[in-house]
Amino acid sequence: MQHTDCALIIGANPAENHPISFRWLTKAKESGGKIISVDPRYTRTSAQADVYASLRSGTDIPFIGGMIKYALENNLIHKEYVVNYTNASFIVKEGYDFNDGLFSGYDEAKRVYDKTKWAIESTPDGKPVTDPTLTHPRSVFQLMKKHYSRYDIDTVTTVTGTPKDDYLKVCKTFCETAKVGKAGTIMYAMGTTQHTVGSQNVRIYAILQLLLGNIGLPGGGINAMRGESNVQGSTDFGLLFDNLTGYLGVPKATVPEHVTLKGFLEKETPKTGYWSNKPKFVVSLLKAWYGANATAANEFGYQFLPKGNKNYSHINLFKAMYNGELDGAFLFGTNPVVGGPNAGKEKEALGKLKWLVAIDLWETETSAFWQKEAGSNPANINTEVFLLPASASFEKEGSVSNSSRWMQYRWKAIESRGEARPDLDIIHELALKLKKMYANSPKSADKPFLAMDWNYGDGEEPNIDLVCKEINGYDLKTGKLIAGFGALLDDGTTSSGNWIYSGFYPEEGKNKSKNRDNKDLGGEHYLNWSFAWPMNRRILYNRASADPSGQPWSKEKAVIWWDAGQKKWVGKDVPDFKAVTAPTEPGGTGAFMMNKDGVALLFAPTLNDGPFPEHYEPFESPVPNAFNSQQLNPAAVIIEGDFNKKGDKKKYPIVATTYRVSEHWQSGSMTRNQEWLSELAGHMFVEMSEELANEKGIKNKDQIIVSSARGRIKAYAMVTKRFKPVIVNGKKIHEIGMPWHYGYKGFATGDTANRLTPHIGDANTMIPEFKAFLCDVRRAD
Amino acid sequence: MVEMNLNRRQFLKLSGATAATLAIVELGFNEKKAYAKTKEFKIAKATVTPTICCYCGVGCGILVHTKNNTVVYTEGDPDNPINEGKLCSKGTTLRQLYTSEKRLTKPLYRAPGSNKWEEKDWDWMLDTIAKRTKETRDSSFVEMENGITVNKTEKIASLGGAALDNEETYLLSKLMRGLGVVYLEHQARI
Repeated sequence: MQHTDCALIIGANPAENHPISFRWLTKAKESGGKIISVDPRYTRTSAQADVYASLRSGTDIPFIGGMIKYALENNLIHKEYVVNYTNASFIVKEGYDFNDGLFSGYDEAKRVYDKTKWAIESTPDGKPVTDPTLTHPRSVFQLMKKHYSRYDIDTVTTVTGTPKDDYLKVCKTFCETAKVGKAGTIMYAMGTTQHTVGSQNVRIYAILQLLLGNIGLPGGGINAMRGESNVQGSTDFGLLFDNLTGYLGVPKATVPEHVTLKGFLEKETPKTGYWSNKPKFVVSLLKAWYGANATAANEFGYQFLPKGNKNYSHINLFKAMYNGELDGAFLFGTNPVVGGPNAGKEKEALGKLKWLVAIDLWETETSAFWQKEAGSNPANINTEVFLLPASASFEKEGSVSNSSRWMQYRWKAIESRGEARPDLDIIHELALKLKKMYANSPKSADKPFLAMDWNYGDGEEPNIDLVCKEINGYDLKTGKLIAGFGALLDDGTTSSGNWIYSGFYPEEGKNKSKNRDNKDLGGEHYLNWSFAWPMNRRILYNRASADPSGQPWSKEKAVIWWDAGQKKWVGKDVPDFKAVTAPTEPGGTGAFMMNKDGVALLFAPTLNDGPFPEHYEPFESPVPNAFNSQQLNPAAVIIEGDFNKKGDKKKYPIVATTYRVSEHWQSGSMTRNQEWLSELAGHMFVEMSEELANEKGIKNKDQIIVSSARGRIKAYAMVTKRFKPVIVNGKKIHEIGMPWHYGYKGFATGDTANRLTPHIGDANTMIPEFKAFLCDVRRAD
Repeated sequence: MVEMNLNRRQFLKLSGATAATLAIVELGFNEKKAYAKTKEFKIAKATVTPTICCYCGVGCGILVHTKNNTVVYTEGDPDNPINEGKLCSKGTTLRQLYTSEKRLTKPLYRAPGSNKWEEKDWDWMLDTIAKRTKETRDSSFVEMENGITVNKTEKIASLGGAALDNEETYLLSKLMRGLGVVYLEHQARI
């Protein structure tokens, strides 16, 4: 980040929420870099920015769409990068269309698209048909240009409410990074993703960055600012219903081909690109999980894996719980009664469970949901609750992966407080107890569980080193640790619990997440400090830092380059590329090797809601959509009824969003249970503009009531100049913001903001729309 | 036993078998003497263990000073290139995760309809949890659905884990899928 020429921070407030990351931006500033902050609220990040622009929550796509048009019209794109490293030149098949908010292939009754209508034209041997001049009317480039031609500055600023001068300043400042030798970065967080168009928000950032040639360079990229110490790792390790470890997907009962391993692999493996190796990773995972019970004869245990038939993500999980479809639940350090959307309903849902296991450092609002102070009548709640005390991060050992994929080991500093135990021990002992209970069962239903390998030592405490090695993987013929995922095979002779991490433990005694040599070998990549997956690469897609011939675009931003003498890629970072593939060889310019054609996707026919990002208003919005007649994302799943009440804009005219403060973390259970942080930020508040406060007769520090269709909360009013009403199509729209950290447990208590938020998710990820909903505000007395 | 490759802070010497714990008495502070003195009382003869902050995804290094079975002090790890010794308000107060009177120290059980927690021992808790898991799994397990092998239970959910270590998330992912759990989620979405 310290190498960036311009950081566009949108949907994030790192100065407050990732303070130490911001230190590197201030270093960039010292070397002449610029900071742009785009946010509905003038945040601590905005205060440090060179340019600040406000926008109404939920209008990122118009904001960036207008920048794309600006870059294209003013020829502020890195054309050689675009031609070679993106699919701009690909020809889209006839049949693709976009009309008034709908792409071709829409099924209105099911609210889904037939994505085959967005296909790329291909040659008989399966290669994409291209037009490197980018002039073909059906080329991705021309279709994109046409799509965003509608995003003119007047329409954009009318929708976003951004003052035009500020908007133009952002366009001009950021698009300067299209110049060779300059790199701009986009930093985002949940302000971007927690929308019904969250995935497309990120997509449109990527499109802009690709046009400017900003991906794969130091100081470039799009950076997700992760909010949890290991949300990167827990995602990598498959703690989401739709991915096994290492993003291998999951077998589904709804896909006919998935009925066999062969079918699954054929269906899910692209013919070209690095993912063509997927069978090696899947079979090696099955070998790690099922060991000797995974053989070629039984599809390496593929049938042992569960096959779901629907979307099981957070909102649907709680809907099922609310409807009484679930009997039991495990909660590992999570507090949905504060952190979940429409939290009042999530609390009610817990009461429908027969049993609940909570593993935590604290008694949280969630594990105590049945108590009187939670507003419950304990006598009416029959849920059995098991609350297990967990060790703090420094009371155990293990690794975490940060936002840059650095896998850093943590050592044990002290014995656990009281009887607390590491989650690793709890999971391990539970597995052993279950193994014992199921032992010798002849039932076929119990076979999948019994077939699972579980060999981490004999004691109650598992041998973590054995876990680490299983993740890395073995050559099963020699019994030796595998050097990296390049050595994995699909014939059952190798194992790896998570292929993307394979190589972190290449030989006995060398767990690289423990590396602590902080000498910089160039480029401030610190290659001997910890381990970054994959294969210790620090900048992903760094092949794109060099031109097609293999030479750096510029000296300033050089990362790796082709050394014709040595016949390999060399430089300051580990190449994110086949190290011996010359630029002139087939695939030698395929800088985005994870994609099947080796290029980045400006046109992405894989998303659920369209190949180009298009603006739709949030589920609850005070205005009609100015860009098309579809008010809401046409592919977003709408849950109707009591579980997700929708507010009317007449009754709830104010836009609301949630955010975090530096002193508290997520649902607050970790920080509201500490004295100092509780004292520093002790009260729930709602921030609003002076204009709104005047209209409502509210003074700073007054007690106020905020209500939405889902619930109401009481809080202190914080009247600031940081929020300003925006003028949207001539209409004054107020927006308020509030922290979502508070609940009734701990030292610092307050009403829970998420009692107001809706149960609706993004069309691709089902991430709830926390960041734009409607409410009303009044004084409490 | 822990192995680390400490290179730069030569003044921090590894002491024999307790390789991860650095003898702080050997620290030669060149900083303001008075500051060093006041700090010294608290951390003299403490042992120091490097860790990574448990809050956001930046991954700052922290040194944990322990003495007499308690955490006496925490500070930014100057060796870690991510934060070079700097910390935010949350990282700075890491010690209170250990010392807070609100920490759970015993397993607690709440019976159906009850209005209170009861203390139970670990064995009883894990045995009972295993029993409930088995009962629910056995009564809800689906082997075949429309002629396809599915081996799943839709009656058990597992939620959370974004604050767990990688090794823990790996075992959790494996155990839950091994049991046939499909409602498997963590905080990536919230």
